[in-house]
Amino acid sequence: MSDVKSDNRARFGVPADSMVFARGVRKTYGSLEVLKGVDFDVPEGSVACIIGPSGSGKSTFLRCINHLEKLSGGILLVDSQFVGYDLQGDRLYEVKDDLLCQRRAEIGMLFQSFNLFSHMTVMENLIEAPTQVRRVPVDQAKAEAEVLLRRVGLADKVDRYPRELSGGQQQRVAIARAMAMKPKVLLFDEPTSALDPELVGEVLQVMRDLAESGMTMVVVTHEIGFAREIGDQLVFMDGGVIVERGAPREMIADPKSPRTREFLSRVL
Amino acid sequence: MGVAHPTEIGVEPGLAAAVSRLTVVPQRRYGIWIGTAFALLLAFLIVRAFASNPAFAWGTAAGYLFHPSIMRGLGNTLVLTVIIMALAIVVGTVIAIMRVSPSPVLRAFAGVYVWFFRGVPALIQLIFWFNLSLLVREISLTLPFLGTPFSVRTNDFMTPFFSAVVALSLCEAGYMAEIIRAGIKSVPSGQAEAASALGMPYRMILKRITLPQAMRFVLPPTGNEAINLLKMTSLVTFIAVDDLFYTAQSIYARTFETIPLLIVVAFWYLAVVSILSVGQHFLERHFGRSDTRREPLTMRALRNVISLRGIAR
Repeated sequence: MSDVKSDNRARFGVPADSMVFARGVRKTYGSLEVLKGVDFDVPEGSVACIIGPSGSGKSTFLRCINHLEKLSGGILLVDSQFVGYDLQGDRLYEVKDDLLCQRRAEIGMLFQSFNLFSHMTVMENLIEAPTQVRRVPVDQAKAEAEVLLRRVGLADKVDRYPRELSGGQQQRVAIARAMAMKPKVLLFDEPTSALDPELVGEVLQVMRDLAESGMTMVVVTHEIGFAREIGDQLVFMDGGVIVERGAPREMIADPKSPRTREFLSRVL
Repeated sequence: MGVAHPTEIGVEPGLAAAVSRLTVVPQRRYGIWIGTAFALLLAFLIVRAFASNPAFAWGTAAGYLFHPSIMRGLGNTLVLTVIIMALAIVVGTVIAIMRVSPSPVLRAFAGVYVWFFRGVPALIQLIFWFNLSLLVREISLTLPFLGTPFSVRTNDFMTPFFSAVVALSLCEAGYMAEIIRAGIKSVPSGQAEAASALGMPYRMILKRITLPQAMRFVLPPTGNEAINLLKMTSLVTFIAVDDLFYTAQSIYARTFETIPLLIVVAFWYLAVVSILSVGQHFLERHFGRSDTRREPLTMRALRNVISLRGIAR
């Protein structure tokens, strides 16, 4: 495995500490081009925040990272490896579903609508993927799940069904569920957009704790405050390209591009 | 209703007294009273007609209720229903999964299946399978170099019972496929997406996430289908399978006690349907447990009624 990584690093110039490495990523649906060549780097242990108007392609890009969407062009490596392909010579062979699933399991994803499995209790939600995909013994999975639930402050909700929880609690459970697969990187697709304003804080707090523990995170968000406080880099996307990137504080205080300035003035 | 703290909620003491003197007079529902009177009258007339008309011959009906032939017929009807329903659920699930598959060929195949088996009347399918030998004389397996290791004459295995099972399972599977497909479609797409993101493969997602959640939507109409099927099996009388209706018919063809035997048949169908309804209730409660804690029973009953009516044909 490490051979593949070092080969890829040498061949594509991937930095040694790279967790997500994208060059020229394009995505088209028929004649509609949603991503028009995105270059993007997330070093290990850092937090990247992506902002931009709706339809700018930021969610699509996030879904390309774990191969929920196939790229139409360019390359995207997670931890110096392709997610959906095996590289042999100049050919990218699509990998079998089993292998794709194994690799995808190492990339956690959180959704705007939480998507907890509604027919399962909180505990069942957390142990489903570890026991089914990784064949972890049930007892061990449950013990690990309890630790994670304590971490997100929901140890008392193990036997509840998702419907019985508030939106903020559901999203915290979803974060614990993603963490149960011990991912290398977490992708957040507008994790607080569906929440009532007073519930946003508790989710952001859990994300802040994760960031401080050294988790690599890519966060598509409208929470400019969160991006400024927690983000190591901020990316503004519009029309399928990255318009501007930089350190969050400087970029928010003094955006270079007029489009960034206009967008920030509308959301701040 | 007394007002405890008039000053607290800003009501003058005089106004509070005026409010507490008020009484509510319920609305008079004359329509409901008239309707009730009519219903009671009608019920009385029907009961009297049933009780006083000697042609019903209740005693004769009671005498045939546990007649050995009737019992054998009832047994066959139940066996047919169980076998056909089980096969229909299996075939229907496969067809439903094909209908939501990414492959356009599989989707089209499943679409044509549903179109055909739901479109041709069950009785015609039944008689068609029974007469399969007119179309195909024998079924054989011919391999290159090995000759024909396996061959049977169609008439030898297409017995009335077997034709009934094949015809009605295929037909019923068409309906079940649509019910299961609707169930799968009613599961929000985010569920499968989240499962994908956790690394679950397609088959596991279907088995562990999508189908279990679809069950909640699938069960009420399936109970309805089982009841329909139980009654639909009476069609096998046409190809001389001795089910409940056929045995009753063969008795009254001999004795001319037509009405009493039809009462016996109706009684047993009603009895089995009642038992099925109770079973359906408990199954639904089991699969609905993730949302029963919050939802009152009445709401759930209402929802079931709505979904039953939505699927009724």
